[in-house]
Amino acid sequence: MLDVANLTASYGVSRALFGVDLRIGEGEVLALMGRNGMGKTTTVKAICRMIASAGDLRFDGQDLHRLTSDAAARLGIGLVPEGRRCFRDLSVRENLIVAARPGPWDMDRVTALFPRLGERQGQNAASLSGGEQQMLAIGRALMTNPRLLILDEATEGLAPIIRQEIWAAIARLKSETGMAILLIDKSLKELSGISDRAVILQRGSTVWSGPMAELTPDISEKLIGV
Amino acid sequence: MIRERYLNLAVLAGLLALALWALAGDQPFTITLLTKVVILGLAAAGLNIALGIGGLVSLGHAVFFGLGGYAMGILAFHAQNFAPLELGPLSIAGTKSMPVIWLAAIAVSAAVAVVIGLLSLRTSGVYFIMITLAFGQMFYYFAISWSVYGGEDGLSIYVRNGFPGLNTLDPIQFFGICLAILCLVLLLSDRLARSPFGLALNAARQVPVRVETVGLSPTRLKLLAFVISGAITGLAGALYADLNRFVSPTMFSWQLSGELMVLVILGGVGRLIGPVVGAAIFVALEHLLGGLTEFWHIWLGVILLLIVLFARGGVVGLISPRRVGHD
Repeated sequence: MLDVANLTASYGVSRALFGVDLRIGEGEVLALMGRNGMGKTTTVKAICRMIASAGDLRFDGQDLHRLTSDAAARLGIGLVPEGRRCFRDLSVRENLIVAARPGPWDMDRVTALFPRLGERQGQNAASLSGGEQQMLAIGRALMTNPRLLILDEATEGLAPIIRQEIWAAIARLKSETGMAILLIDKSLKELSGISDRAVILQRGSTVWSGPMAELTPDISEKLIGV
Repeated sequence: MIRERYLNLAVLAGLLALALWALAGDQPFTITLLTKVVILGLAAAGLNIALGIGGLVSLGHAVFFGLGGYAMGILAFHAQNFAPLELGPLSIAGTKSMPVIWLAAIAVSAAVAVVIGLLSLRTSGVYFIMITLAFGQMFYYFAISWSVYGGEDGLSIYVRNGFPGLNTLDPIQFFGICLAILCLVLLLSDRLARSPFGLALNAARQVPVRVETVGLSPTRLKLLAFVISGAITGLAGALYADLNRFVSPTMFSWQLSGELMVLVILGGVGRLIGPVVGAAIFVALEHLLGGLTEFWHIWLGVILLLIVLFARGGVVGLISPRRVGHD
């Protein structure tokens, strides 16, 4: 589904990616791992066409480099960005309506996945807790009916109970929908439980790639420090 | 705290009541002042779509006001001279029919808004303001040099244009036409703001990058808003020219663009009835203080300063606050 090979990207004169390789198949969950500043979020931004990049970047065989970021999203790439960034002046319901595209995911299904959103449909997004805003960000991405869902630090800074809720929702997405998911998170334990494969980045390059079961403590200690 | 919906209805009902009171007291000038409030409110309501929902700080909306005015002036001028308007191979007959003139004003303003929007929306922030201002000045100086239609002296239309079944020379009937249009436009604005398009536009104002990640193009959303906004302001320009039976290059001036923005800010940016309230305050100050001193704008400036510093939601925001303020 998503094929990335020798992906490079820069912020002005500062190069951030030197050669990222990763591949996600239909229904697969891939963990993108690495220490802080190794290029995980930049890789996501390049996939979503939010920054200029070079190399091979294909979704369903289509060259993403030819597309704008909104066109990439319409192709079926849904992003839950780092930092959530909900539309604060809009209500929960309006946040979801804005993103709605035809497909199986609608208001009912999103609120069934996150009942808290259903209870707060009329509330302004700005008045939600951090965890609820994160659920809204995930719900908003689901409303676009993506075939690939990218979650960038979806549980960062949240209370343990909310983290559990979000991980449970991601597990349900995997088991019930067969949606392909690209996960970035610091929790190796949670990632190990849900991901099929992992890719580790160091200094903007892929340094390890393989099934999650083959990611031994030695490798994770050496490459990501946990 | 008054619910905004009730406030909106109260303001519109108040305008109608004042006009009927003026009619009963045989005060046609008051009705004309109220008509000016309605028309300026309509022009600012157009700007409010771009500025209030889309966050587009346009300092060139007088372009559309002027285009609407000149669409009226040129068509009426050719009708009163019985000479068709020659546009290359096209020969267009003049008209004194308001509905036809309105359609022409809307079409011309929308077409020009597409061009201005396509060019200016490539930028943002202060550059967007400067480009829209530059377009305003281009049209202003073009109108000054357009001697066929009066140049700097403007163009007078001897008789107000007609509307089927109504006597538009009767101030209260012309006021009624303008108020009906304002109500329709406000209804359209309200629907627009609540529609998926309006919500997406609002979202694009807040976090453009996030709108892209859900598959929407902020530029296209803003362009459509800019065109709708320009078309409404153009319609207001045609009505304003009919009110005064006169068009001049000042309708294109940057001061007028600034005044339209002041009306929106005074009343409340992004508030449905805000532009009308702003127009009412503006016209009232102009009429009441203008008779006392020619420097009445000083007091307008003081009020604007107080609004910006202490009431970010404008006068409407003071009466009917919202939990989340506009940026």
